[in-house]
Amino acid sequence: MPFKIIASQCTSCSACEPLCPNVAISEKAGSFVIEPAKCTECIGYFDEPQCVAACPVDNTCVVDTSLARYQAPA
Amino acid sequence: MNAVVGRGKCAKAAVGASKMVQAAEHKGCRTSSNSGQASCGSRAGQADLPTEIWEKVKSHPCYSEEAHHHYARMHVAVAPACNIQCNYCNRKYDCANESRPGVVSEKLTPEQAVKKALAVAATIPQMTVLGIAGPGDPLANPEKTFKTFELVAKAAPDIKLCLSTNGLSLPDYVDVIAKSKVDHVTITINMIDPEIGAKIYPWIFFNHRRYTGLDAARVLADRQLLGLEMLSERGILCKVNSVMIPHINDGHLVEVNKAVKSRGAFLHNIMPLISAPEYGTVFGLNGQRGPTAQELKALQDACEGEMNMMRHCRQCRADAVGLLGEDRSAEFTTDRVMKMDVKYDLEMRKAYQDRVEDERAAKAAASKEELGELAGAASEISLLVAVATKGSGLINEHFGHAREFQVYELSTSGTKFVGHRRVDVYCQGGDGEKDRLSTIIRGINDCHAVFVAKIGGSPKSNLIKAGIEPVDQYAHELFEKSVISWFRSYLDRVKSGEIQHVKRGDASIRQKAVISAA
Ligand code: SF4
Ligand code: SF4
Ligand code: SF4
Repeated sequence: MPFKIIASQCTSCSACEPLCPNVAISEKAGSFVIEPAKCTECIGYFDEPQCVAACPVDNTCVVDTSLARYQAPA
Repeated sequence: MNAVVGRGKCAKAAVGASKMVQAAEHKGCRTSSNSGQASCGSRAGQADLPTEIWEKVKSHPCYSEEAHHHYARMHVAVAPACNIQCNYCNRKYDCANESRPGVVSEKLTPEQAVKKALAVAATIPQMTVLGIAGPGDPLANPEKTFKTFELVAKAAPDIKLCLSTNGLSLPDYVDVIAKSKVDHVTITINMIDPEIGAKIYPWIFFNHRRYTGLDAARVLADRQLLGLEMLSERGILCKVNSVMIPHINDGHLVEVNKAVKSRGAFLHNIMPLISAPEYGTVFGLNGQRGPTAQELKALQDACEGEMNMMRHCRQCRADAVGLLGEDRSAEFTTDRVMKMDVKYDLEMRKAYQDRVEDERAAKAAASKEELGELAGAASEISLLVAVATKGSGLINEHFGHAREFQVYELSTSGTKFVGHRRVDVYCQGGDGEKDRLSTIIRGINDCHAVFVAKIGGSPKSNLIKAGIEPVDQYAHELFEKSVISWFRSYLDRVKSGEIQHVKRGDASIRQKAVISAA
């Protein structure tokens, strides 16, 4: 659920896309987008959200506060 | 789920890498285990090089200074992602220091890239090299990069393949590179000391996390040197690029030079930092300046005793097409290429390249003869001259049309290529004309003479006023031979007291990359 890409800042470099363990990121209309239903904040895979760690533009992959945080299955 | 296995690529831990680097064996600057003493050099003719290395470099414009007047290269921008951040790069725009066109240029799919390669090969028969250099890091885009190489090798087997990387992922891909028939790799190495690295690289992305500060620089330097060593072991020619950043890594690059030489680098290319503030890079915004022409030359000279230096690098764009210094990429936009009916004619290309080889041989013989004449003269004088050329080793460019000048150092031991000076693209009319002239004068201010095919009266008198002799009597002649002949007469004039030899000042290196393909 929670991460989103701020389209106006995305350079479409594609760095984040192959890194997402949930294949939640894809290119749409010249910018990259995260499918909220697929994003687990990388919980269960990596210590850091991969899209955030790889993105060259600070504060471009950010938590989408309009959605609930991801809950790891118990 | 299964995505993790296939998708997360970084493999080896950084710690292991540093140990292996310590075990480096001193191999000199040759990359192949050939017998006989070889001086490896960008300027060297075949005489100084083992045959199989000469075969690799003789028609490569980036590896052979001499070849760059005759052969062209093209870059295909198939690799947008990067895995590190450099303070001289703003990934929104063209990176002037590495080869990146940024958002202004088109990204290509591997299939589009091949079509483009064939289109260029058919139009420009002297195009011998296809490189992938960005706009990000080719090895951060391994699928696209290697797919492109595979398709090009199949479709146009005579084209040499090369790759430029920041080196972070290099150790993981050395074997794939070797299998892809890539025979030239360029690694950008700006430091071996993490303290210095931390001032250049804010972060790297490695092993699924972001490293910053000293940790980042340590991992990066270890991986770069390890990758270089592994490539050398496999007989792949490696060039090392370093960006010279005054007060940060300028003195340190002498250490870098030693380190890369001992790991088998064939050529070291020290490039000036480009940091115009409008690029919005960290260095551009915090006022970090680039080196002057004299500072750059002094550092290149200091490293030259250690190994051969490349001085003709143009820091070209990730989609550049043409001879170094020219950019014909606008003729080959994706739209145009996709509409072209391309015929790849290996025979025609070979015949053309054979003609180029004959021309080169004749040129070498001519300047050798002229040099013989010079041998008699004993003089301490060494000076710089600038040449306006469009290629083929001729003085064939009008002063007013030149976008860059080639600078040579002359002494009684011959000519030595020092570098090129880019001057702003022609702006027409009124004040633009004056600005342009002063830009040129600033750019070649350390030169005693400038050789041109033609020059107008007003720029001529302004040059003379600035102490630079405009020389147009060698129009359309071979420039190596011409500058030596001019130098002989210069020495005579000094000897007879007709002129006095005075030292020239410093020159400035242009701080703007060419963003749009003019
Ligand atoms: S946070 Fe992780 S799971 Fe979510 S989009 Fe980014 S990479 Fe994918
Ligand atoms: S890494 Fe950042 S800039 Fe690059 S495509 Fe992803 S969101 Fe856009
Ligand atoms: S490695 Fe190249 S593309 Fe990546 S940040 Fe550095 S200069 Fe930019």
